[in-house]
Amino acid sequence: MIRVVLPAHLRTLAQVGSEVQIDLPGGAVTQRAILDALEARYPVLRGTIRDHVTLKRRPLVRFFACSQDVSFELPDSLVPQAVASGAEPFLIVGAMAGG
Amino acid sequence: MSSVRVLVGTRKGAFVLTSDGTRRHWDVQGPLFGGWEIYHLKGSPADPNRLYASQGTSWFGQLVQRSNDGGKTWEAVNNQFVYDGAPGTHKWYDGTPHPWEFKRVWHFEPSLADPDTVYAGVEDAAMFRTTDGGQSWHELPGLRRHPTGTNWQPGAGGMCLHTILIDPANPKRIFIAISAAGAFRSDDGGETWTPINRGLKSRTELPDPNAEVGHCVHRIALHRTRPNVLFMQKHWDVMRSNDAGNLWTEVSGNLPTDFGFVIDVHAHEPETIYVVPIKSDSEHYPPDGKLRVYRSRTGGNEWEPLSKGLPQQDCYVNVLRDAMAVDSLDSCGVYFGTTGGQVYASPDAGDTWAPIVRDLPPVLSVEVQTLK
Repeated sequence: MIRVVLPAHLRTLAQVGSEVQIDLPGGAVTQRAILDALEARYPVLRGTIRDHVTLKRRPLVRFFACSQDVSFELPDSLVPQAVASGAEPFLIVGAMAGG
Repeated sequence: MSSVRVLVGTRKGAFVLTSDGTRRHWDVQGPLFGGWEIYHLKGSPADPNRLYASQGTSWFGQLVQRSNDGGKTWEAVNNQFVYDGAPGTHKWYDGTPHPWEFKRVWHFEPSLADPDTVYAGVEDAAMFRTTDGGQSWHELPGLRRHPTGTNWQPGAGGMCLHTILIDPANPKRIFIAISAAGAFRSDDGGETWTPINRGLKSRTELPDPNAEVGHCVHRIALHRTRPNVLFMQKHWDVMRSNDAGNLWTEVSGNLPTDFGFVIDVHAHEPETIYVVPIKSDSEHYPPDGKLRVYRSRTGGNEWEPLSKGLPQQDCYVNVLRDAMAVDSLDSCGVYFGTTGGQVYASPDAGDTWAPIVRDLPPVLSVEVQTLK
């Protein structure tokens, strides 16, 4: 079980609370696997976190895990073990922008 | 009794304003989709309870919302806009080739006959269509692949397809406008397109003032009974065509400035048109701090200022290109929204004005539905 924290706008869109829990079918726990499972469960989020076609992270979206910015990790890199075990959440964050 | 529903898109959400036919007392619903930019909302002429909204932010991209009950409830529908085939390039600000990249939907234009069919004008400029109520979107690529497309260039607001007009007498005929490529017409339902910019002159914006494409058209309007007569607010100049865009002539006449964004036509008088003059391309506010709508009852050239009820000092708002609309009650109502968050209504064709609301986020679009 993976815990995912969504930013406020996406919580509203998906009609969920601050944290959602998703099960992965097995295998490596990567950013891609988490996002695939998240979008499968909440199809309305498709296109809001990463591009529909290229699956690249949107420029103003950030991924945090275990107090680290993992946004620039490769999509198929493993997330920290504490996230994979459910001890820590995977945070999807709207980047700071504006004045 | 008839009523009106005003659909307002703003920088931070959508608002639905409703009134009975007197248009004196208003109910304000919103913000819907609070915190999101709502570029445009529009209802289906075939089913007024079917509404479409373009929702987005720079953070989380484009969403499309649909309502089947006049805006009481909404559901997100498909938000995937993928260019057909290899997208190719257009010209970037610095003149270099730049790949076409989808950014947002500027305008939805529902079919006149089918609530499930909607055209979407997007940035980077292209036309998409759904025929299943937004469950899927498909590009009409003939426009983007027009031979001039590689030379299209964005305006300051991006390379946006912002205006879509469907000929009520011939649904295969569609007019569109792109900043800053110009106006185009299709006579085959959007498969092929012809630039319709002859007569436009962009003296300071283009090296060739009479270029076939590249003009910064801000808005086009037509009257449903005379679809061959088009009115245009260009970057500078108010223009008119009597032949479906084959040739344009300037009708700026005695306007205090012919820069502006909006233009619209009275619901019952095809020669009565409205603009909101803005000081200049570098000063996007009304001249002299006075917010005035100008009305021509002669299809242009002769204009009268309409100011009763509008602020006449210290007013420095703008009125963006999709932020004016008319209702079709017996006494035509005219509506516009400002970047200062006011939505003004005139129940008497512009003679008098009053704000419906004063303090919304900056208004991006205004549409009106006349409900029986």
